[in-house]
Amino acid sequence: MDRSQFINNYMELKFASRSENESFARVAVAAFISQLDPTMEQLTEVKTVVSEAVTNAIIHGYENKEGMVSIQCRLHEGTMELIIEDQGNGIEDLEEARQPLFTSKPELERSGMGFTIMENFMDEIEVVSTPGAGTRVRVVKYLKNPSVARH
Amino acid sequence: MQIDTMTYGDTLVVRLNGELDHHTAELVRQRVETELDRGYRHLVMNFEGLAFMDSSGLGVILGRYKRVTAGGGAMALCAVNDQLMKLFELSGLMKILRMYPSESEALAETGVA
Repeated sequence: MDRSQFINNYMELKFASRSENESFARVAVAAFISQLDPTMEQLTEVKTVVSEAVTNAIIHGYENKEGMVSIQCRLHEGTMELIIEDQGNGIEDLEEARQPLFTSKPELERSGMGFTIMENFMDEIEVVSTPGAGTRVRVVKYLKNPSVARH
Repeated sequence: MQIDTMTYGDTLVVRLNGELDHHTAELVRQRVETELDRGYRHLVMNFEGLAFMDSSGLGVILGRYKRVTAGGGAMALCAVNDQLMKLFELSGLMKILRMYPSESEALAETGVA
């Protein structure tokens, strides 16, 4: 019997907005959710989404200036909830920012695919941003379906 | 990130080993640009040793694609796993980039092997 659906756990992580912490952030989250025994595909999708959100915070939120990025991760009944937050510039036009291929920094060869990837790899996404105050990305992914796992 | 380059005629082959994200993207971009500046026309990127890639990698690939095709060259990717393929599908890069299972097949296509 798969007991991972009964795991309830929580962690918080806070780190400097430096690009070398992007790999640290995705590996830390991947290690934390591994207690739910996710598939390799789910693990890669979660790592990619963490990477996208943290990179956005570093490049756009803080524009490579020093700040702090925080990650909260909650596991509850087979579901993972991730909140990635910064206290940076915020996003003026969220709708525009979430358009596929839109980027405010084409000179940096940004692909403009960050939000599109997050939307596709997660089951829920919610972005709250206040210009001048910061951005909060909340995503949810169903890693274990309880009704399936019970069998 | 370990970047190995080889050349076959006027084709540059780049093998990436490690994780391609925002942190390593600039390194890859500069290295490939430096090599292309020597006059190679075609580019093959081998992703066999690539353990992770996000949208920063898509930006690097698209940037090199624009440069190579602007110079009349061809660009091909090889050893693209299922996870990478999902990113190429989402971004539409799959429609413009040629993909091959192996480096030798990619080279055969650019006409130098």
